[in-house]
Amino acid sequence: MRYIEPHGHMVSRTTDDYQAMVTAGCVAVCEPAFWAGFDRGSVDGFRDYYRQLTEYEPARAAKFLLPHFCWLCLNPKESEDLGLAREVLALIPEFLTRPNVLGIGEIGLNRNTRNEMTVLERHIELAVRHDQLILVHTPHLEDKLKGTNLILDLLSSHRGVKPARVIIDHVEEHTIQRVLDRGFWAGITLYPDSKSSPPRAVDMLEICGRERIWLNSACDWGVSDPLAVPKTALEMRRRGHSADFVDAVLYRNPHRFLSQCPKFRVGAAGQE
Amino acid sequence: MVDHGFIGVRAKLIEVAAFLDRVERHRVADDFRCAALREAAEVLVDGRAERARRILERLSDPTTTPDEKTSGKAALGAWQPPAPLAKKKR
Repeated sequence: MRYIEPHGHMVSRTTDDYQAMVTAGCVAVCEPAFWAGFDRGSVDGFRDYYRQLTEYEPARAAKFLLPHFCWLCLNPKESEDLGLAREVLALIPEFLTRPNVLGIGEIGLNRNTRNEMTVLERHIELAVRHDQLILVHTPHLEDKLKGTNLILDLLSSHRGVKPARVIIDHVEEHTIQRVLDRGFWAGITLYPDSKSSPPRAVDMLEICGRERIWLNSACDWGVSDPLAVPKTALEMRRRGHSADFVDAVLYRNPHRFLSQCPKFRVGAAGQE
Repeated sequence: MVDHGFIGVRAKLIEVAAFLDRVERHRVADDFRCAALREAAEVLVDGRAERARRILERLSDPTTTPDEKTSGKAALGAWQPPAPLAKKKR
């Protein structure tokens, strides 16, 4: 089995996780910029983080023969300080030409505030200006439905945004269809306690179809499982889905979306 | 599918029941999250489909405009109306 982990915060994980992922069939990992668990104090903190994502982490992954890609942004959890956000967004363009940078992400909303909306809009403009793919984080728990609607409306109102180049991540049963209906890609995140479980993810695939959907573990420093994606393959096979179905969802779909960035050169997208 | 899934789901249902008993025993059952959980649980036995989607919607913030200020970094799992709205609702 081959699969792509399209959303993993590997700077938070151990080398044991890299080894386990590669052993399970992972052929590429993509790391969106994330909140560190505390607010960074200055723009220099972000510069160091972007260097970690574009220099150190790909080298660490390469020791396990795993291609590592990343996305850059200021995470919505740090969007309340508009002055800092302006400085950080001004910093991002100098990193966009680095060989493992796929686009702008994970941008989005956290608590659905006006300041978060302002920073999201600036990120969208940055992505459009530099012709970048976009990866969007949708809020947690009770904030997800409202936040997803606000995000979809904002993206749809921007003339330069091409839905086929945007993935809306962390969808659940109440948000997946409205994301797909607007032409965007949808990401299902597999978490032990929140977001989606492997059985619920397969339910959504059975109900909504497998087009324009990827699965990810979003493994980070919290309760999460870096092997959640291959474990979901087992749930698919248990229900009688074919090996081709598994390959389409876990490998060909993310490969198709990510290959819109010419820097994403991993294997072939064809059926095995 | 039932053979594979039943025991795990049975365990989760008992956890829900035990949690609701526990919060009553400790006199915190009037917490808005516990109330939301009890209300959401009604969906389980209403005989209609799309239970997961409908429970998620019941636990969601129903407002549609951005908030002026953040109420903290973390979501709580159920929506709590702002104080004036809550009073009006009662």
